[in-house]
Amino acid sequence: MQLVKPEIGLIVWMLISFGIIVFLLAKYAWPVILTALDEREKSITEALDSARKAKDDVAALKADNEKILAEARNVRDTMLKEARETKDKIVNEAKAKATEESDRLLKLARESIQNEKMAAITELKNQVAQLSVDIAQKLLTEELSSPEKQKTLVKALLENVNLN
Amino acid sequence: MFVWFRKRKFYLCARILKTTFLKVMISRIKSAYTRFFTYSLALLFALAFTTTQAQDGHNAIQELDNGTAKTHEAEGEHDVTKGEHGAAEKFDAGKMILEHISDAHSWHLWGHTAIPLPVIVYNKDRGGLKIFSSSHFDHGHSAYEGYMEKEGKLVAVDSEGKEDEAANANLWDFSITKNVMSLLVGLLILTWIIFSIAGAYKRRAGLAPKGMQSLIEPIIIFIRDDVAKASIGEKKYMKYLPYLLTLFFFIWINNLLGLVPIFPGGANLTGNVAITMTLALITFFIVSFSANKNYWHHIFAMPGVPKWVLFLLTPIEILGVFLRPFVLLVRLFANITAGHIIALSFFALIFIFGEMNVGLGYGVSIVSLAFTVFMTCLELLVAFLQAYVFTLLTAIYIGAAVEEAHHDSHSHDAHVEEAAII
Repeated sequence: MQLVKPEIGLIVWMLISFGIIVFLLAKYAWPVILTALDEREKSITEALDSARKAKDDVAALKADNEKILAEARNVRDTMLKEARETKDKIVNEAKAKATEESDRLLKLARESIQNEKMAAITELKNQVAQLSVDIAQKLLTEELSSPEKQKTLVKALLENVNLN
Repeated sequence: MFVWFRKRKFYLCARILKTTFLKVMISRIKSAYTRFFTYSLALLFALAFTTTQAQDGHNAIQELDNGTAKTHEAEGEHDVTKGEHGAAEKFDAGKMILEHISDAHSWHLWGHTAIPLPVIVYNKDRGGLKIFSSSHFDHGHSAYEGYMEKEGKLVAVDSEGKEDEAANANLWDFSITKNVMSLLVGLLILTWIIFSIAGAYKRRAGLAPKGMQSLIEPIIIFIRDDVAKASIGEKKYMKYLPYLLTLFFFIWINNLLGLVPIFPGGANLTGNVAITMTLALITFFIVSFSANKNYWHHIFAMPGVPKWVLFLLTPIEILGVFLRPFVLLVRLFANITAGHIIALSFFALIFIFGEMNVGLGYGVSIVSLAFTVFMTCLELLVAFLQAYVFTLLTAIYIGAAVEEAHHDSHSHDAHVEEAAII
């Protein structure tokens, strides 16, 4: 039974010494340790956070670079496309203009040829008419030199009228 | 009635849970005692039985001798009995074990060498306070200043060497006993460790832990996060954390010191009922003084329970308030003492068999040693586990005491968790 009977002396010593140690540790040791632990945990969390942030930043930077590159590529492509378009347009325009010019020149040439032709024809006609008149005059003069011949002609003409 | 039941169905569940929890607590005391007694008493009886016959014969001879001596003059009697005592000293396992696990006024080192410790005794009938060295007791053989050491306990004796019951009643023994010395050693180690790592934290602020720091730090974090924060709650745990940490390391260090067989270890401090009682009392007072209105309200007048149930419930609740620290007290005491008894019993076996036959003693010593190594490994685990359990339960009780009203589920989680600890 001695084993389960608490001794007052031990209780008193325990209360005093344990009380003092709890007080000392709670006042001078535990706060230091716990604050240090807290601070370190905080700093580790912060370090991890900032590392994550840095990683994110790098990733964002990379993405930005990609974006800028892509944009540059796009711009280049657009410019090339535009240049090609402009070139095509200019060429086409030039072609069209050339065609038009040649057409116009051809037309002009054709017109002038026509005009020349017409003028030539007209002149020819006039000369033929003149010649005809001259011939007719000569002929008439010849034909109408005697009354018989005049009579014969009138007769012939009249016949012609009947025929027409 | 039915409507009332439906309304309070969940509440009743919680109530039933709590009563079963109480049952568990009571059964745990029983189981703690059962474990203690099955281990220790069975071993003690078994060991005592093997020595009984020799002891009986020995006693018979002693009585016979005393009888013969008494026929002679008193002068010769002393010599005869003393001679007899020295010659026929037989190994008594039960006595040896009890001596090892109880307190003493000197610290036995080896053979006949012991460190004498100061005796501080107060008795108003015997000239007040007296301080002297325990070496005067001559290992319990002689009296000094009217006091004698009997089985590690200080008793007042009269001039003829007989126990003075009247003086014993007024005797206040504040001696630095083996346990007090061990307590001081344990506290010194605790203080040294904690202050040295506190210094390390100051010196190496912001750096990774090193040496002792890295050994203790995970435990500190474990107690902080899994014991204090989990049981008391984020808001209030900081106030109780220093006590919980000190408590844990105190119990753990002293448990480990108890496992060290040589000086300055070997005292059965955490297996001493005075120490566990003091710790349980401190816990009890912390819980009672930090308890809020909600806690007392739940104990004396459980809200939402009809009056007639209260007649039953309130006494149970009040009993529970005292039962909890009592369970704490018994668990630590029983576990550590049982561990000591088992380890000592294995060694006692060597001597018991050695007395029968020297060769047998050597043979048994191999088995005993193997078992003791195994038991010590187990006790290393128990040393940590019991320190953890004591701290965790203290934290849970504090948590229940400071818990705010309304969320009952938390405390029941804690109770379930507690019930799981055996």
